[in-house]
Amino acid sequence: MHPAYHLQLINLLAALLLLISFAMLAQRRVAGLITLFAWQGTALAASTALVAWSTGQHHLYYSAAITLTLKVIAMPWYFYRIVKKLDVNRVVEPMINIPTTMLIGIVLVIFSFNLALPISEMSGTVMRSTLGIALATVLLAFLMMITRTKAIPQVIGFLAMENGLFFAATSATYGMPLVVELGVALDVLVAVFVLGIFIFQIRETFDSLDLKHMEKLKER
Amino acid sequence: MSHLAYLDAHVLDLAWAGVVYWLALGLSALLMRRSHGRLIRLVFPCGALGALFIAVIGVTGLFLPASAMVLPIGLPDLPFHLRLDALSAFFMTLLGAAAFGITVHAASYFRGMAAGPLALLALWYHLFLASMTAVLLADDAYAFMVAWEMMALSSYFLVTTDHRVPEIRRAGFLYLLIAHIGALALLLAFGVLQGGHGDYTFDAMRHAGRTPFWASAAYLLALFGFGAKAGLVPLHVWLPEAHPAAPSPVSALMSGVMLKTAIYGLLRLTFDLLGMQIGWWGTLALALGLGTALYGVIFAAVQSDIKRLLAWSSIENIGVIFAAFGLTLIFYTDGKGMLAALTLTALLYHALNHAFFKGLLFIGTGSVLHATGERHMGRLGGLMRFMPWTAWLTLVGALAIAGLPPLNGFVSEWLLLQAFLLTPSLTQPYLNMMIPVAAATVALAAALAAYVMVKFFGVVFLGQPRDPALQRAHEARWPERLGMLWLAAGCVALGLFPALLINWLAPVVKLLTGHALAHDGNWLILAPVSAERASYAPLIFLIVVAAVVMLTFLWVRRVYHGRVRRSEPWGCGYPEQHARMQDSAEGFGQPIRQIFEVFMRVERDTPDPFERAPRYRGDSRDKLWILFYQPVARVADWLSEQAGRLQHGRIQWYLVYSFVTLIVLLVFTS
Repeated sequence: MHPAYHLQLINLLAALLLLISFAMLAQRRVAGLITLFAWQGTALAASTALVAWSTGQHHLYYSAAITLTLKVIAMPWYFYRIVKKLDVNRVVEPMINIPTTMLIGIVLVIFSFNLALPISEMSGTVMRSTLGIALATVLLAFLMMITRTKAIPQVIGFLAMENGLFFAATSATYGMPLVVELGVALDVLVAVFVLGIFIFQIRETFDSLDLKHMEKLKER
Repeated sequence: MSHLAYLDAHVLDLAWAGVVYWLALGLSALLMRRSHGRLIRLVFPCGALGALFIAVIGVTGLFLPASAMVLPIGLPDLPFHLRLDALSAFFMTLLGAAAFGITVHAASYFRGMAAGPLALLALWYHLFLASMTAVLLADDAYAFMVAWEMMALSSYFLVTTDHRVPEIRRAGFLYLLIAHIGALALLLAFGVLQGGHGDYTFDAMRHAGRTPFWASAAYLLALFGFGAKAGLVPLHVWLPEAHPAAPSPVSALMSGVMLKTAIYGLLRLTFDLLGMQIGWWGTLALALGLGTALYGVIFAAVQSDIKRLLAWSSIENIGVIFAAFGLTLIFYTDGKGMLAALTLTALLYHALNHAFFKGLLFIGTGSVLHATGERHMGRLGGLMRFMPWTAWLTLVGALAIAGLPPLNGFVSEWLLLQAFLLTPSLTQPYLNMMIPVAAATVALAAALAAYVMVKFFGVVFLGQPRDPALQRAHEARWPERLGMLWLAAGCVALGLFPALLINWLAPVVKLLTGHALAHDGNWLILAPVSAERASYAPLIFLIVVAAVVMLTFLWVRRVYHGRVRRSEPWGCGYPEQHARMQDSAEGFGQPIRQIFEVFMRVERDTPDPFERAPRYRGDSRDKLWILFYQPVARVADWLSEQAGRLQHGRIQWYLVYSFVTLIVLLVFTS
C-alpha cells in the first residue's frame, strides 16, 4: 500500500472512534453500550496495528494485541455476563437529555481541537492530526460518566476514557514504552474486576444499581 | 582527675547517651508490661538516675566551650545536628534536677495503676524526658521540630492517661490543638530564619543576614509559637484544663520543665539565631508578660480546684519570666549590657526556681490526691495532722513561691525588682515613664501570689478536715517523700546560696548578653549592682529568723506555759460550730473576685431558701473564652460548613468537579 493511504486509513479510524464516542453518549441501553465499547476497542486496535505497520514500531503490535484481547473480547464478555445475571438491560434516561448532551459534546470536540492544535504542531509523528480526536474521546467519555446514573455505564465510561488516553499516547509519541502499557493494561483489568465486584455488592446492598442511593453514605 | 577530663571532652556524647538511655528505658518498659513490680521498682528509679546524670552533664557543660556533633540519623542529606553550649547546659541542669525529684516521686505515685497502662505510661514518660533533652540539644531546625513535636505528642498521651473520662480527652485535645498551632508558627519562624538559603542548621541561621522586617516577622512568630507552649495570655487556656487532667508527676514535669523549654527556645532564637534585636520587641514581651502575670495570679486566687490553682499560678510565673525577658531585651537594645545581664540572671534564676517549687507543689498535691482522692479544696482541710511530711515539705514550696526570704523565690523576684528600679537610666523617655507601672505590676503579682499560697496551704492543710473521710488520709510513702525532700532541699539551697548560683549562671549570661554580673567573691552576700545600693545576705537572714523563732518558742514554753489554765473554750456565742463553717476556698478568693470581676464571668447557683439540702456552686470562667476563643471557633465552624457543602454524596457531582478542574487546567496551560 502507498504510505499516503496509511494516513488516510488512520484518520478514518480516528473519525470512527469519535463517532462511536458520540454514539455511546446517545445510547440508552446498557447492552448497546457494551457493543459500542467493543467496536471502539476494535477501531483502536486496528489503528494501533496500522501505525505499527506503517512506522515499523514493532512493540505497538503487542499493544494492539492486548487491546484486542482485553477491550474487545474479555471485558465486553464480562459485562454482558453481569448484565444478563443482574437483568439490567433496560432503557435508562441519562440525567441530562440526549440532545443537550450531544450539543455539549460538540462544544467539547471543538475545544479539544483548538487545544490540540499547538501541541500537534510540535509533535513529529505521522498521525499528529488525530491528537485532537484523542482528547475529544477522553472528554466525551468523561461527559458520559457524568450524565449516567447507573453503575455499569459509569464503568464503561471510565474504560472509554482509557481508550482515549491510549489513542492519545499512540498518536502523540507512538505509544508509551511497552512496560508502561503492560502495567496500564493490568491496572485496567484489575479495576474492571474490582468495579465488577462493587457492582454486585451495590446491587446486594441497595437492590438497585442506581448510584443515587449512595448519597446516604455522606456525612450528616 | 582523668575521669573528669573524660567528662569534659565527651560532654555532648554523654548528653546524647542520656537521651538514648531514656529512649531505651521507655521501650524496655513495654517489654515489662506484664510485671508491675519491675516497672515500679526498676524502670522509674532508673529513669530518675538518668535525670541525675543529665543534671551533672548540664553543670559540667556550663563551664565548657560549646561543642557540636552531627548524628547520622534523620532523613537522607538531613542529619541531626547537636550542640551543647552554656544555655543548653543550664536548661539541661534544670531539667535533670527537677526531673530527678519528680521521677522518684512518680515511682511511688503510679503504683496503683495496672501493669499494662503503667508500661505505656512509662514509655511516654521517658520519651517525654528524652525529647525535652533533645530539644535543648538540637542544632538545626529539623531536629528541633522533630524533638519539639515528640515532646508535644508524648505529653499529650501523658495528659490523657485516664482517657476514659470525656473531660480529660477534651482537655487533651485542647492541649494538642494549641501545641500544634504553636508548632506551626515555629515552623514558619524557622522558615523565615533560614532566609531562602534552604539550609536549616542553626549555624547557617546565625550567619544569614536579614532585614529588620523579616527579623521582626521571625521574632513575632517565635513569640507566638513559644508563647503557646509556655502559656502566654491569650494562649494559656490549655494549662488550666490539661494540668488537672494529667497525673500529678506529669503536671509537675510539664509545668516545671516543659514550659521552660519554650523559654529556652525564645532565648535561643532571639539572642542567638536572629543576630539582631529591636527595642519594641522587648516592650511587647514585657507588656504581654505583665498581663499574663496579673491575669494568671488573679485567676489562681479564685480557683477551688488545687491543680487548677497551681496551673494558673504557673501562668503567672511564666508571665514574670516573659516580663524579665522583655526587660532584658529593652536593656540590651539600649546598650545597657550590665543591666541586661542582671535581668537575664533574674530570668534564669526564676526559671530554675519555678522548676523546683512548682514541681514540689504539684507532687505534694499528688500525694494529697493519692491520700484523699479529692481535688476540690472545699472537701479538704486539716491534712497537716495526717500527713505531716507532705504538709511541711509543701509548706517550703508554698513559702518559696510566695517569695518569702530566705527561700529561693525571694531571690529571683528581688533581682528582677532591682532591675526594674534601675530603669531610669534608659534613654527612651516613654519607657522610662511606663516602667514604674510595670514594676508595680510585678510587685502586685508577687503579693497576690503570696495570697494565693496562703489560700492553697491554709485551706488544704490547716484548720479542721472538712470531710470525715479525711481522717483516714495516709502519709505519703518514702519514695514520694524523697522526691519532695529533694525539691524542697533545692528550694532552700537556691535561696541560701544565691551568690554561688549566680556564678554558675555567669557563662550563660555572658554568652547571651556579652556581660556578666561582677562578683566580689563573697558568697554570703548578694549585691548585684553595688553593695551600697542593695544587698541581701540570706544566711544572716536565716539565722535571725531562726533565732527569733527559737526565742519565741523558748519564751512560750518556759515562761508562758507556766501558768496554763485548761477549760472549755468560750464558744463566742456559737454553740454549734463544725468544720464546714471554716473559711472556704471560695470565701477566701471572694475579695479578689469582687475586685477583678471585669476579667471573669462569674456563675453562681444559689440555693432556694426552702431547700432541704441546699447546694451552692460558684464558678469563675475565663472571659477570654467568650471574647476570643468562641468567635474563632465559630468562624472555623462556619468555614468548614461551607467547605462541607462541596460534599453531596452524588458521584456525578464529584465527576463534574474533576471534569471542570481538568478543563480549566487545559485552558490554563494552552
